[in-house]
Amino acid sequence: MARVKKATPGVLASFEQIDAATDAIQALRAQGHKNLVVYSSHANHELEEALDTPVSPVRLFTLIGGLTGCTAGFAVAIWMNLDWPVLVGGKPAAAVPAFVVIGFELTVLIGALTSVAGVALLSILMGRRGIVYDERFSDDRIGVFAPASADTTGSLEQLFRTAGAVEVRHAMA
Amino acid sequence: MTVLAQEPIITQTHADVTRDVVATLEKPSRGYVLMLFGAIGLFLVGAITFLILVKDGLGHAGYNPPVFWSVYITTFVFWVGIGHAGTLISAILFLFRSPWRTAVYRSTEAMTVFAVMTAGLFPIIHIGRQWVFYWLLPYPNQRYLWPNFKSPLLWDVFAISTYLTVSTTFLVYGLIPDVAAVRDKVSGWRKSIYTWTSVGWQGTNNQWRHYARAYLYLAALATPLVLSVHSVVSWDFASSIVPGWHGTIFAPYFVAGAIYSGIGMVLTLIIPLRKVLKIEHMITDYHFDNLGKLTLFTGSILFYAYMMEYFIAWYSGNTFEQTTFFRRAFGPYWWAGWTMIICNAFVSQLLWFRKIRTNLTALFVISIFINIGMWFERYVIIVSSLSNDYIPWAWDVMNPTWADWGILAGSFGWFGMWFLLFAKNFPIVAIQEIKEMIPMPRKRGGHH
Repeated sequence: MARVKKATPGVLASFEQIDAATDAIQALRAQGHKNLVVYSSHANHELEEALDTPVSPVRLFTLIGGLTGCTAGFAVAIWMNLDWPVLVGGKPAAAVPAFVVIGFELTVLIGALTSVAGVALLSILMGRRGIVYDERFSDDRIGVFAPASADTTGSLEQLFRTAGAVEVRHAMA
Repeated sequence: MTVLAQEPIITQTHADVTRDVVATLEKPSRGYVLMLFGAIGLFLVGAITFLILVKDGLGHAGYNPPVFWSVYITTFVFWVGIGHAGTLISAILFLFRSPWRTAVYRSTEAMTVFAVMTAGLFPIIHIGRQWVFYWLLPYPNQRYLWPNFKSPLLWDVFAISTYLTVSTTFLVYGLIPDVAAVRDKVSGWRKSIYTWTSVGWQGTNNQWRHYARAYLYLAALATPLVLSVHSVVSWDFASSIVPGWHGTIFAPYFVAGAIYSGIGMVLTLIIPLRKVLKIEHMITDYHFDNLGKLTLFTGSILFYAYMMEYFIAWYSGNTFEQTTFFRRAFGPYWWAGWTMIICNAFVSQLLWFRKIRTNLTALFVISIFINIGMWFERYVIIVSSLSNDYIPWAWDVMNPTWADWGILAGSFGWFGMWFLLFAKNFPIVAIQEIKEMIPMPRKRGGHH
């Protein structure tokens, strides 16, 4: 069930109802718990609101990639035409309007690839490891994990059960 | 969410969705195996034809002065166009928050990738000397052999390469959470493969935060891309002075035609596929009704474009343009010209009726007409225009040969083979997006 090499200690609760999960998240946040990990089978805006999630910085990757692609597209076409002028259609060597398509295509290409690279970096490579997981979270359950030391797990379990968790597990280091 | 919840399209629970989609990846049915072998058979016909062309040269193809762009370029444009409906449904309708796209977008995205992959073969088949295809690419070389960046043909290299890369990225990216859901349901060696391909996805809040945002940006980037790609393809023709090609209407005309042909192919694929994969309850009349409306809309744009082409040819007073269009209707290619008009402009008008839009037999037959009509549209534009170009004594009629038909058949086999293999190995219905549309249970009852 759990695929953990070096587990982060804490409590993992499993929910079948969305409002039970959001109640638990809000109660945990009200008590000052941080670094919560919430599992769900799909993106859910109620969970996002309960967690008060900031906007992903992945947009910076898209912006930088897009601008790089645009610059590279025009630069390659202009440089090659100045290096070896192909003079056709009465156009100058560096015929910027004729290079708009190249610039546009590379904007899209590099922008898209850097966006995905950003997600890989932020959520996979830099993502937290060693958090317990349950395979039902990709099906119909919502998981909420709160890191905790051994002396606070009891109160956390109580909080989760009160909110409506159907299953609570303790993860030890 | 309230609006989506009112749609009576999905009656399953979240667990049902995972179970039903994972079931499509189990042992193939007889119908599936027959379709796959049919596709492989067609592909082999194309592969053998290609080997003969490589051995003997392009002489076997129907190239004959003045027609040096014929069936291969026709088929190239046809397959590029097919891809467009996929991006429309997956990216543009995502930005419009259209709920009906969720059940069909994965299959259309896969169709896009394999159609563009198929299209990419054709310039290489067409050039004859495949072993120097890399001369098309701008790379530093000792002979300063720079391609002409002012030519739409080079723009096309960039456009198609970008389109293939971004479409593939979009497809693979969207698959990750669904592959993770499959990983958690299967066992043995299949679990190892899906574990590897789900790249550590666990559906944490952090992963969804970055994933959803990047998906939005990918859709936003893919939207102008799809409109640009067929515009650039159209400029391959429109920026020349060949009568019948030199029209400012070409970019929107090509884009509408591409989407129209793509939806035709979507219908051809998913009507039998939903049966062999037993997902009739997931892709329903509701989806076909909407696909039918989109077909009607784009088909009507084409109808208008056809009328405008003829009107402008007459109104321009340009003898060459008038002659070209007269020959399209009454010259040696009249049969191709009328096939195009009947299949595209007229047949699509049947979709004004809801009964037809929700009758799958009728829709399937119409989709075949669309495929035929749209292939002939490109054939008419390319071949009939070239056959009477600048010098009347050079005018000639090009007739496709066995080598043309063999490669065309092979392209359908190649495309179908990859599509069917994909459908049996990866979720053909987007699990996580369908789940987004299903309200989650609440302890306090009701919906959000």
